[in-house]
Amino acid sequence: MPKFEKPRSMKDVATHYCPGCGHGLIHRLLCEVIDDLGVRETTVSVAPVGCAVLAYDYWDFDTMEAPHGRTPAVATGLKRVMPDKLVFTYQGDGDLAAIGTSEIIHAGNRGENISVIFVNNGVYGMTGGQMAPTTLKGQTTATSPHTRRVEKEGYPLKITEMMAVLDGVAYLERTSVDSYANIIKTKKAIEKCFRAQLEGKGFSMVEILSPCPTYWGMSPVESMERIRNEVVKEYPLGVIKG
Amino acid sequence: MKKRYLSTGNEACAEGALRAGCLFYAGYPITPQNELIAYMAVHMEGRGGVFIQSESELAAINMVLGSSAAGVRSMTSSSSPGISLKQEGISYMAGCELPGVIVNVMRGGPGLGNISAAQSDYFQATKGGGHGDYSVIVLAPANVQEMFDLTFDAFALADKYRTPVMILSDGMLGQMMEPLEFDEEIKPQGIIEKPWAMTGAANRSAQSIKSLYLGDGALEALNTKLQKKYEHIRTAECKSELYKCDDADIVLVAYGSIGRIARSSIDDLREKGIKAGLIRPITLWPFPYDEIKKVSKKAKKVLVIEMSAGQMVEDVRLAAEDDSKISFHGRTGGGVPTEKEIVEEVKELYA
Repeated sequence: MPKFEKPRSMKDVATHYCPGCGHGLIHRLLCEVIDDLGVRETTVSVAPVGCAVLAYDYWDFDTMEAPHGRTPAVATGLKRVMPDKLVFTYQGDGDLAAIGTSEIIHAGNRGENISVIFVNNGVYGMTGGQMAPTTLKGQTTATSPHTRRVEKEGYPLKITEMMAVLDGVAYLERTSVDSYANIIKTKKAIEKCFRAQLEGKGFSMVEILSPCPTYWGMSPVESMERIRNEVVKEYPLGVIKG
Repeated sequence: MKKRYLSTGNEACAEGALRAGCLFYAGYPITPQNELIAYMAVHMEGRGGVFIQSESELAAINMVLGSSAAGVRSMTSSSSPGISLKQEGISYMAGCELPGVIVNVMRGGPGLGNISAAQSDYFQATKGGGHGDYSVIVLAPANVQEMFDLTFDAFALADKYRTPVMILSDGMLGQMMEPLEFDEEIKPQGIIEKPWAMTGAANRSAQSIKSLYLGDGALEALNTKLQKKYEHIRTAECKSELYKCDDADIVLVAYGSIGRIARSSIDDLREKGIKAGLIRPITLWPFPYDEIKKVSKKAKKVLVIEMSAGQMVEDVRLAAEDDSKISFHGRTGGGVPTEKEIVEEVKELYA
């Protein structure tokens, strides 16, 4: 009988993430993919500023830090001088879609042969659940106490759709971790994303809709239902490019 | 074989970097450093390196953060407003202990200022610049030859101490043309193993490069380690040029292009019977406090000259025991103290 074990690429340590958080799940998925592709020894990743800042505590491959939002620029420097390595960034919605908008768009536009795992949970988890560019209309957060009103706080930013118009971008997909079926789809998308880089196709990114029970003020189960019932309406799942 | 070229300071700086084995350059256009980025665009790929015109100064310094983390000698350059933008990245490089060379071809400020030469980024360069307790080694060339030589040396220093090194130049030095001489056979110096580099966890454990230390006392331990390194650099790497200081009644202190103008005025003053000498700091951090202390003890007067409202003069005051000996002459916003101006100033002090 097959045993359920930790991937080789994952360290055997206790998690600091909140109960019901999607990061641990996504960490595991990408570690499984790295194992499947046999690239653990040639992988260099860049962790963001945000909840996943301590990613190197969990991943058993080389991982470095980047200033907030500059993650794709750091990855660009790494990849250009080490074209034979698998270089990926792991970024939240604040890191990628707010402070790092410039870096992600230009890395995509240059067709940098890097991969991006973009975890969208619609809030700044690390700093206390503030409004993110991806926060849904009508959502209450620490900095949108009157809910997100489009006339004052603007609209949820669909950055993955924006990236699709860039010629340098090879592959874009949006997935979710709300159900078993979608978790399997997410793993497949991460694999496609990494393969695109290994095949030298250019910039590739998976946006993963992920729960933040702590700052959504919900139980883990309710959070998964919210993704299913509300979040996917704003951020439809599927291959966006490639 | 040594060959002579006619070169701008900016191009000499770029060639010095290439000869030092710099294989990664990222930059963004800004005057008066444009010859440097253009030179890199032309020559980097042919020498087997990577050139990127980045989308911003922020991206440029962070690309350097990445390539340096991979163990590659890396550089970025800019002028004052762009260097302000790079400070976040420089602070991370200091915290992550990553080597790298940053060139500041200074222009007038504050704000957008103008594109003329200035020395008003001295505080920013020598007192940390970004957030946190750190220092970067700051080298101040005074001519086109030194733009090459000091940039060449900067890469070995950066690798040796795993620290960012800044070349603090100015718009005048960057754009003037003079003879430049170097050995065609010159080879990169101070190449060392970089076992810390992010090259993949093959035949070793996984590694990380970071400046985040959350554990109890962990960040204090990093800072203690950094301060120990800085203390060592202070004792080992201080450099200055002394010119006719032995019998000097009046000692000028100036760096960079003003150091060079001040040097010409020394000869002029000596002809007029005034015993003047010059201390020209070559490293601005570490600052040559001891040399200045020694020389200023014997002198009757010390005159600090800068293209700023008075920044280095504060370090000279720290160095000299007798504060009353020190006076300052500065110009700002593109104003350059001339040889004549300096001579007049000295004559007034001497009277």
